[in-house]
Amino acid sequence: MSDPSPKAFAAPWEAQVFALVVSLKEAGLFTWTEWAERLGREIRPAGDSERAADYGAWLATLESILAERGVAAAETVAARTAAFLRAAEATPHGQPIRLENDPLYRP
Amino acid sequence: MSHDHAHHDHQHHGSDLSPVEARVRALESLLTEKGYIDPAALDALVELYETKVGPHAGARVVARAWVDPGFRARLLSDATPAIAELGIGGRGGEHMVVVENTSETHNLVVCTLCSCYPWPVLGLPPVWYKAPPYRARAVIDPRGVLAEFGVRLPDTTRIVVWDSTAETRYMVLPMRPAGTEGLSEEDLAALVTRDAMIGTGLPGSVPASPLDSPLEMPA
Repeated sequence: MSDPSPKAFAAPWEAQVFALVVSLKEAGLFTWTEWAERLGREIRPAGDSERAADYGAWLATLESILAERGVAAAETVAARTAAFLRAAEATPHGQPIRLENDPLYRP
Repeated sequence: MSHDHAHHDHQHHGSDLSPVEARVRALESLLTEKGYIDPAALDALVELYETKVGPHAGARVVARAWVDPGFRARLLSDATPAIAELGIGGRGGEHMVVVENTSETHNLVVCTLCSCYPWPVLGLPPVWYKAPPYRARAVIDPRGVLAEFGVRLPDTTRIVVWDSTAETRYMVLPMRPAGTEGLSEEDLAALVTRDAMIGTGLPGSVPASPLDSPLEMPA
């Protein structure tokens, strides 16, 4: 059950999600109490077993708060996600993945 | 790299980006465009939590409490300002409570709701702390959970489980191990593990040989 390594994040994306949440909390978008309540709800899906309160759950919680507050609608996030996936596909391995690399990119 | 090489070596010409990575990149770019976040500030936060914030801070608090009865009393009566005396505090530690292990009582900390944890003293929580088995079983079978962590307590020791929330985050003050009377505060801190401050472990034993003690650094 225990793990000896106190490494904070298992992958860079986890660190990015953590930093996004802390930044937005400090920008006043929510309090830690609201965050814990929303995260607690996210990891208890109706009719399913409880999930880990891991950074995947943090990401889903953040997406739902941003959609609800009108900061980033689900469709907007989905479209931008698809654009990043196309951009990655079009980016030669080892080079930075930029949105501009998406073949459908329009500034 | 030659042109030919590029052709036959790469089945897949693009870069790898997993769906979850793409979702994070999407949020980051949208929030940057809207002015909600500053990418440089995100990088600074990541660096802070990867390299600076961690259980070594809590270990300093515990070691100080072991050597300084006045500090120990302040720590147990109002933890946040006592911890701030050591220059430790900040987000995720706005209201911390320290609970003391004794020969009669062993304390165990959990967050049954999600993953509330005293970041300034312990860093970010380990994976098992956030997982459903620990969240559920720490409350209903604390003795069984402790046994899985290799902690066996006398049957007469009472186990008290503390449920951290976003408002109140708990840390355990473990018992000072026997035979540590001669150790410096710094050497004592080295015995204090993260798990000992969650209650799922006990502080390490005294180094067997004087050669194990850390080198003295000039001030």
